[in-house]
Amino acid sequence: MSGFFDWMRGRSPAKNSGTVAKERLQLILVHDRINLPPERMEEMKAEILAVISKYVAVDRDNVDIALQQRNRDSLIVAEIPFSQSHDSDEARRRLAKAADEAADEADDS
Amino acid sequence: MGAKVITVTSGKGGVGKTTATANLGVSLARLGKKVVLIDADVGLRNLDIVMGLENRIVYDLVDVVEGRCQLRQAMIKHKQFPDLFLIPAAQTRDKTAISPADMIQITDKLRPEFDYILIDSPAGIERGFRNAVAPADEVLIVTNPEVSAVRDADRIIGLLEANNKGPAKLIINRVNPDMVRRGEMMSADDVTDILAIKLIGIVPEDEHVIPASNSGIPVTLNENSRAGAAFRNIARRLTGENVPFLPMNDSVGFFQRLARLFTGQGE
Ligand SMILES: Nc1ncnc2c1ncn2[C@@H]1O[C@H](COP(=O)(O)OP(=O)(O)O)[C@@H](O)[C@H]1O
Ligand SMILES: [Mg+2]
Repeated sequence: MSGFFDWMRGRSPAKNSGTVAKERLQLILVHDRINLPPERMEEMKAEILAVISKYVAVDRDNVDIALQQRNRDSLIVAEIPFSQSHDSDEARRRLAKAADEAADEADDS
Repeated sequence: MGAKVITVTSGKGGVGKTTATANLGVSLARLGKKVVLIDADVGLRNLDIVMGLENRIVYDLVDVVEGRCQLRQAMIKHKQFPDLFLIPAAQTRDKTAISPADMIQITDKLRPEFDYILIDSPAGIERGFRNAVAPADEVLIVTNPEVSAVRDADRIIGLLEANNKGPAKLIINRVNPDMVRRGEMMSADDVTDILAIKLIGIVPEDEHVIPASNSGIPVTLNENSRAGAAFRNIARRLTGENVPFLPMNDSVGFFQRLARLFTGQGE
């Protein structure tokens, strides 16, 4: 029955093979165009993350590094949020250090 | 004044390059243009068959390159259109018999006499493709709305851009409007979106095409053929005319669908 309402609206039910084809192609071409197979892409992402993690704590669960297409140009877009978690040792150390520095500054003035 | 050299190519084989070359040639001739078609698919000669000229071949492209005949002698005049010629490929040789420089030399000789030189390219990215593309002023990429054909088209588009032969224009062939409507085939918009080049024509899947090549009369001479009409439109676009795209299916409204349901008709 929902098929009928989809038909009324000029829509096809569920995800059809035309949509699947388009999505598969987009993924295939992203890698074809920069000549970087998916496994190498994963290695590259891991390395990018490792470099950034050397300087700041990264919220690894919410990292998004992906190739994008703008017309026929490819670009890599990375969203790498810093860690907010207050219970991590790292964050606590940073907070303590910042508090110390603030106290020192207050003493100086 | 000289001819424009247009090469028709694809990544994948069997997508409709030869069909497109024959029909664009005939359509341009019908518009009063002087046209010569070159079959650059050496070893897999085909264009002569689709054009219905296979019985009149004496010399071929390789004979010209190797000096066994004058260029003129290898040009077969079309029965119906005196300003339409075909230079056939050799059937028994391979693509290495010809170089990109040979193709440039031959087209340069033809340019002063013609309005359009259309080159039917072999599939793939090897020597035959490089021969076909070397003299091109403009390249048309033919694809079908299928994952593998579009992927291979993308590869060709990238190669052409890297060799400063871009931007190519796109012909999407064998679109089945009913399948697109049901969501079982990518639409012309989907394919154009993905390849991100300019679209010059959408040709529907059409059962008139095979009988036309069976009898050697290009389908565009059949006024009832939708594919034929699509090729005529592409030819007009090639001459610079602004021809709107036939609404094929992408935005069919409710009432049109309803009407079609009752009349049992397509577009
Ligand atoms: N629009 C179409 N509708 C139906 N059949 C087609 C259409 N275009 C091409 N064909 C058929 O597809 C086959 C391959 O076409 P062809 O032009 O020889 O491809 P290519 O030159 O790219 O190898 C042929 O049998 C041809 O008749
Ligand atoms: Mg062919």
